[in-house]
Amino acid sequence: MKKVLVLAEVRDGQLRNVSLEALAAAQLIADGGEVVAGVFGANAAAHAATLGHHGAAMVYTAEHEALAQYTPDAYTQAVTQLIELAAPDAVVLGHTAIGRDVAPRVAARLGYGLVSDVTGIEAGPVFIRPIYAGKAFQKRKFVDGKLFVTIRPNNIAAGAADESKSATVVPVDLEIKDLRTIVKEVVRKTSGKVDLSEAKVIVSGGRGVKSAEGFQTLQELADVLGAAVGASRGACDADYCDYSLQIGQTGKVVTPDLYIACGISGAIQHLAGMSSSKVIVAINKDPEAPIFQIADYGIVGDLFEVVPLLTAEFKKVLV
Amino acid sequence: MNILVVLKQTFDTEEKIVIQGGNISEDGVEFIINPYDEYAVEEAIKLKEEHGGEVTVVSVGPDRAESAIRTALAMGADKAVLVDDESLFGDEFTTAKVLAAVAKKVGFDIILGGQMAVDTGAGQGGPRLAEELGINHVSTAVKLEVNGSQVRVERDVEGDLEVVETSLPVLITAQQGLNEPRYPSLPGIMKAKKKPLERLSANDLGLSADEVAAKTEIVDQFLPPTKGAGRILSGDLSAQASELVQLLRNEAKVI
Repeated sequence: MKKVLVLAEVRDGQLRNVSLEALAAAQLIADGGEVVAGVFGANAAAHAATLGHHGAAMVYTAEHEALAQYTPDAYTQAVTQLIELAAPDAVVLGHTAIGRDVAPRVAARLGYGLVSDVTGIEAGPVFIRPIYAGKAFQKRKFVDGKLFVTIRPNNIAAGAADESKSATVVPVDLEIKDLRTIVKEVVRKTSGKVDLSEAKVIVSGGRGVKSAEGFQTLQELADVLGAAVGASRGACDADYCDYSLQIGQTGKVVTPDLYIACGISGAIQHLAGMSSSKVIVAINKDPEAPIFQIADYGIVGDLFEVVPLLTAEFKKVLV
Repeated sequence: MNILVVLKQTFDTEEKIVIQGGNISEDGVEFIINPYDEYAVEEAIKLKEEHGGEVTVVSVGPDRAESAIRTALAMGADKAVLVDDESLFGDEFTTAKVLAAVAKKVGFDIILGGQMAVDTGAGQGGPRLAEELGINHVSTAVKLEVNGSQVRVERDVEGDLEVVETSLPVLITAQQGLNEPRYPSLPGIMKAKKKPLERLSANDLGLSADEVAAKTEIVDQFLPPTKGAGRILSGDLSAQASELVQLLRNEAKVI
């Protein structure tokens, strides 16, 4: 039995789904032991009920002006103090922009090991994580010190909410000082769009999309599906879209329920980033394109004909 | 300006992975500079061109890593350190301790590295190294400006852009989009052969294998299950589109 601390994350006022997945991961690690959670920022207490429904027995809340915006200094101090306060045997964070940045820094400060980007947990515990962007996997275990992991969104299923369970809320005062980073501005390029790493459905385009305007055709399908839009390296290198949309060994690794690849040939470096998706659809003019070898369903045809047809069909059944 | 670049040699991203006896086979594999580290090398050279100073490339890895280091030297870095002492190879905890020892020995105003390596993909190196050295870090930079000791960074945060200010000394990790790495020129390649490359051991760095011993270990490595070939639909395109929607709803149950 182990005591496990989950650091929950709030984005745009919403608890991120990966934090509920982290609670599920924590229960696997705890093996009957206690699971507690911490959550930062204004209104932190508002999320305690949900964390309780998902298995946190206790929720530490910390409201501090320095935590409104992520900086490595503020979050490293906050997470370190929370770990010292809760004294867990294991710590779990989401492998998000914040989790992947603060966890290694905290691990170094406390002298811990850290297994990042975990996609599965076996008895032991043994942690499974992708290497070479998912071309292979490794199993890792800890040989010394506390257990510390970040988990990849969309891989360890969140448990169902049990509304009969609730968490004890413990407000904590954190001491945060000597900040060396000032955040001057945040330019929201994703506002109103679905985040790629947590998206359940992704519509992705390659060189076959031919232009920035071509991506609008994909965006229309994505809008009907509530999907995020992604791209191959070829499309990004050709300036059809921003690098932040790139999926592959360089770029993001994604594991949605449904991945619709449009005009993507399927270079190895792209396949590495998306081949763990649950269901893959390929749309390509070239029947010999390697993408068809990993696709569950394929349509051989011009994406500019096929995608609008799909958008219309999905509208019929979804809207 | 004293610029340090931490670099890892990785498999070319077009390589397939073969596992033999639990280990990843390196037979016939093409090696490159980790693509994110290549952006860091380019940015370091640009900083040197703008502000003067010296670029030192540092790597922890086997002897073969020399070829990646020579490429960085050919691009325009000035000198290099390779820690090829196997007693100092371990996990992310280990590597950060070793790189910190090198950084303290060489000295630095700014440290640049990739935001992750495309092989192990952990992304721990930058933040861990900064913490070991007690300096600030800014990750996933897509634009970097240094004025005197002031540093302005535009960083990619899950697709949004964050503008931050900090000061030297600082460690910056490079995201794709930071720059377009140059190709080494022929004279650059010739000169790189004569640029200093120092090989350091645990003894040289005042480290013992015990104090940097890994906190985690790999117990297995395996390939994902191969997917069977899927179904290519047929018929006219509008019938295919309609069939696909039905399959996704009723067979795959993902919509």
